[in-house]
Amino acid sequence: MRFLPELTIAAALDGLAARDFSAVELAQAHIVAIERLNPALNAFITPTPELALEMAAEADAALAAGTAGALAGIPLAIKDLFCTAGVRTTAASKILGNFVPPYESTVTAQLKAAGAVFLGKANLDEFAMGSSNTTSGFGAVTNPWRRTGSDARLVPGGSSGGSAAAVAARVAMGATGTDTGGSIRQPASFTGITGIKPTYGRCSRFGIVAFASSLDQAGPMARSVEDCAILLGAMSGFDPRDSTSAERTVPDFRAAVRRGVRGLRIGIPAEYRMDGMSGEIEGLWQKGISWLREQGAEIVDISLPHTRYGLPVYYIVAPAEASSNLARYDGVRFGARVDGEDLIDMYERTRAAGFGAEVKRRIMIGTYVLSAGYYDAYYLQAQKIRALILRDFTAAFAKVDALLTPTAPSAAFAIGEKTDDPVTMYLNDVFTVPASLAGVPAMSVPAGLDAQGLPLGLQVIGRHFDEETVIAVGGALENAAGFHAMPAIWAGGAH
Amino acid sequence: MSLDTATVRRIAKLARIRVEEPEIATLQTELNAILGYVEQLNEVDVTGVEPLSGGAQMAMRLREDQVTDGEIAEPILANAPDREGRFFAVPKVVE
Repeated sequence: MRFLPELTIAAALDGLAARDFSAVELAQAHIVAIERLNPALNAFITPTPELALEMAAEADAALAAGTAGALAGIPLAIKDLFCTAGVRTTAASKILGNFVPPYESTVTAQLKAAGAVFLGKANLDEFAMGSSNTTSGFGAVTNPWRRTGSDARLVPGGSSGGSAAAVAARVAMGATGTDTGGSIRQPASFTGITGIKPTYGRCSRFGIVAFASSLDQAGPMARSVEDCAILLGAMSGFDPRDSTSAERTVPDFRAAVRRGVRGLRIGIPAEYRMDGMSGEIEGLWQKGISWLREQGAEIVDISLPHTRYGLPVYYIVAPAEASSNLARYDGVRFGARVDGEDLIDMYERTRAAGFGAEVKRRIMIGTYVLSAGYYDAYYLQAQKIRALILRDFTAAFAKVDALLTPTAPSAAFAIGEKTDDPVTMYLNDVFTVPASLAGVPAMSVPAGLDAQGLPLGLQVIGRHFDEETVIAVGGALENAAGFHAMPAIWAGGAH
Repeated sequence: MSLDTATVRRIAKLARIRVEEPEIATLQTELNAILGYVEQLNEVDVTGVEPLSGGAQMAMRLREDQVTDGEIAEPILANAPDREGRFFAVPKVVE
């Protein structure tokens, strides 16, 4: 029998259905792997081995009774931004360090209903604000990958860095992530895995700790395009409890994986060719273009003229929404409290002690751009340019079916690098933010290794609610790339 | 436009975040770096462009105005830092 944590979700579902192994055996193999590797990775804030074994036993019973759901027995990591009833949910913030939600997020409720097994709550940047998972109030996550010949600890990307590291190290078969400006796609690229941010509105936001509500979107992270498609199917669907949830039927995403790209028109946006981008990333992009052309796609040069304004728009819109959303952490109804001389003093001390530096910066920027006298100059101007960015995508999708770009401007960097000033860190998201602002679906697929042996991803962007084409193009890239490289630290490795 | 230290203090006050005096200069530098970066948005001509507030490509959904949830005070109060009976407790506001 193969080493179980190495299997894809698709293969594990087959193995469980054939009774080659039980859900409890599969959960146990992952629990052992987490115990062994989590001290080095810090991918989980709260592992839940007992809950996992309980859920696995239920899955085995359902498999035996013939009532198993679509994910019965599949062990997953849950980003600690999804509320899980009775299980501590921290958003990687000290201010929620002891918060135990009395309710379940819709996405995790759907995964539970499908029979998935929850291994624990995965680490992230505090309130999902970051691109390196170094802003977590529970310590940085270490990327399981290393540069060739170096022991330097690298970041897994962020904000879904714990989810990415867990999946890459084979201590979880898949994971939930959330993506506000690239938080699924950039860590997927940094850790050599696959992740999709679906269309805004595809997965319910109910029960996900809010960062920037007009951008936040849940999505899956896994080790193949097919596995992402399987998970996305279970996570998607209309939810009346989320006012921006889309009333759309959920297509059979898995059926799109092997659809191929023959006859598809793939746009290559000129503006994603940036000054200072490494030759390796440019080279990988060219390879991706050839792979799709060889499989029958037509390559079309297109323009998204407002691309360069995506990041500055994002760094007004996201902090503005965050400053409103995070106003709820005041030490009154839930979360930590620090006593003060009076009510205002209590608020101020609570928030000063409970929030980390990056969260404070973003709340303050958001407060400023929404304040009297500056609203029009900053926030309204940003919203208008956001409209122009959407217009760019709409014009492009009149000519092409999907876009191909690099996912991130670099490979994973070392913990402690890029911390000179906040803006340097923000540049990580330059290729992922525009799709978030437009609300269109986008996927990162591992496409190769750089000269230092680190994974690099390519990004596929599609039309609103056309995840199927994104998945089809992702499947074609995966097929051609044949990415099978393994990280330095993984569950089956010698450590 | 560049923030002075008085403005940094005012923003912190509005945001209800206590900032100690030695932190002000660092915050001022960091916030000004971010504001300097977003300054480039001023060069875009937005004449006649309607602002886009959200990612959803849909009209706001309406529902019947009726109670669908409630009477769950205990689960809600379970996470309260301080409570008195079925109420959240806060420091005295009115003398």
